[in-house]
Amino acid sequence: MSANGALLKTDHVTKAFGGLVAVEDVSFEITPRSIVSIIGPNGAGKTTFFNMLTGLYKPTLGKIEFAGHNVTGTRPDIITRLGVARTFQNIRLFSSMTATENVMVGQHARMRAGLFGSILRPPAVRREEVEVRDKALEMLAYVGLARDQFERLATNLSYGDQRRVEIARALASDPALLLLDEPTAGMNPQESARLTDFMEQLRSERDLTILLIEHDMKVVMEVSERITVLDHGTKIAEGQPEEIRANDRVIEAYLGKRESGQA
Amino acid sequence: MTRVRQLRGDQRAGWVIGGAVVLAFALMPLFRAPLDGFTGDAILALAYVVMALGLNLVVGFAGLLDLGYVAFYALGLMATGWWASDFYSGVKDQKGIHIGASNFADKLPGIHLNFLILIVGAIVICAIAGIIIGLPTLRLRGDYIAIVTLAFGEIISRVFANGDSLEIFHNDAISNGRQSISPIDQINLPIFGELDSATSLRPYYWCVLALCLVVLFVNFRLRDSRLGRAWIALREDEVAAASMGVPLVKTKLLSYAAGGAFGGISGCFLGPFFASVNANQFMFGVSIFILGMVILGGLGSIWGVLLGAILLSFVNSWLIPDVLDGEWMQGKLSSLGLNFQFSEVEFGVFGFILLLMMVLRPEGLIPERRHQLELTEMTPGELEEPGQLHATYEARA
Repeated sequence: MSANGALLKTDHVTKAFGGLVAVEDVSFEITPRSIVSIIGPNGAGKTTFFNMLTGLYKPTLGKIEFAGHNVTGTRPDIITRLGVARTFQNIRLFSSMTATENVMVGQHARMRAGLFGSILRPPAVRREEVEVRDKALEMLAYVGLARDQFERLATNLSYGDQRRVEIARALASDPALLLLDEPTAGMNPQESARLTDFMEQLRSERDLTILLIEHDMKVVMEVSERITVLDHGTKIAEGQPEEIRANDRVIEAYLGKRESGQA
Repeated sequence: MTRVRQLRGDQRAGWVIGGAVVLAFALMPLFRAPLDGFTGDAILALAYVVMALGLNLVVGFAGLLDLGYVAFYALGLMATGWWASDFYSGVKDQKGIHIGASNFADKLPGIHLNFLILIVGAIVICAIAGIIIGLPTLRLRGDYIAIVTLAFGEIISRVFANGDSLEIFHNDAISNGRQSISPIDQINLPIFGELDSATSLRPYYWCVLALCLVVLFVNFRLRDSRLGRAWIALREDEVAAASMGVPLVKTKLLSYAAGGAFGGISGCFLGPFFASVNANQFMFGVSIFILGMVILGGLGSIWGVLLGAILLSFVNSWLIPDVLDGEWMQGKLSSLGLNFQFSEVEFGVFGFILLLMMVLRPEGLIPERRHQLELTEMTPGELEEPGQLHATYEARA
């Protein structure tokens, strides 16, 4: 944990793809056990920002710190090992694996078996396999997947169940920080409400810090303690939900300028 | 839950069937003459099984299309040329180096190592070669990996084809070029002693059957392990796999190394069986032939690949020379005014078989359980949810 107690801290982070600057000079902090949202219009650079936090992209400039480690440009698997887990905007399950196997892969970073261990399967590896399977089943039950869906292939699960499995897979790596990329996309209001409750539950039961990208304002306003607003790659506002709701620049980013009369 | 139980039941049935098949395979040569041609074909088929199962780890499990698999076979063969023949006859003032060699080979100049040491050596060389080929492909995907691996296979075979002018220490060449290195020592095992292919092919058959069983065991163990799951995850979605903590570099390199090692084992067995090593054995066609076996059997399916390898190998060693080029078929052809040998167009025959399979059974002869579930589990009722449609579309795309 860094000196000021932030779990995640980004310092003037910029990402440029050739001439296109997707994220520009974003500094931002998350304190442990908080729920924070990033919002912004389409193409504002939210997912790019996420991809930098999880190591899929290397920032062009700036520094990212997680739990006291400098993770700027660190490989994604190492960041996962340090305790960051994520879901994807367009669900990215391993489609030809069962729900259980998907969650078992999620524990990869917490397992030890290597090439020879896998072939010879000594007692320690055997035990590990059993534990990993048990934990996978536990996680699937925790996210509310029906038992008869556990051994079905991910691709054959319903959309809602796929979202559940994806969260279970992320939780299986025992993260300290969970990144959710538009978790309510494609959900109806009841399902969204249930997910909101679930996020609160995760924080209280599993000591998780949650960072989410979200479009559903009802969810965002309800669940977040702080909100960061991105537009055209830059941070235009940051604060508590009420502040953001009243912020002129945010309204402008979403609805356009009052003077020009454009919507 | 019934699905689970059914799968477990399938597994148990699989063991029983597997045991019976192994027994049948082991007893087969006893019903044949010691030097029977069919036993020879079967030995070749099983050696191909070892290679196909190795390639299946790379292509079927990890999803990395490798068109240069012949390189590992070549390295395995060359290992026997280097370490189990009189090729380096100059070593130790023509006295030779002998470790665990047979009584016969013990007196010959050159390097003569026991078969078990040879295999370990071939595994080490091929694993290292696998890592070397893996490194430049790490950042590549799909077609690009195929091209780079293809080039790698060509480089290795060309190097050996011209190796007679490539001298390393002691002014010794690395290969005999277009000429054969021959004879290669017979396989010499502890306890069993030297296998003599001149009097009986049975010991060779049992030896390769044993290799097959070991390789099968390794395949099954790997499939149901942390590493196997990581490979399949990698095949399905590299980005998601990395985000779940799967180290891409290490996992990919392990698949190349493990797959390559199997190719080396097979080459190491076939060197003594052919009793000669030469550049004509390392043709690009071998890579395609073995890839054809994997695809015919069912990508990623261990039993399927086993069957595919045996079938295609027998097409090559029996169907084409004995049936299609046999008297009856040739008579029919010439009565139609056609006059050609199928052995001249053998790749046309393989291609035709693969084409038939693509039309009739695109998922392979024995599809991987996953693909099977994917195809059979889908009932029309399940397609009603929009998310479902979306997911199916994505998986197929």
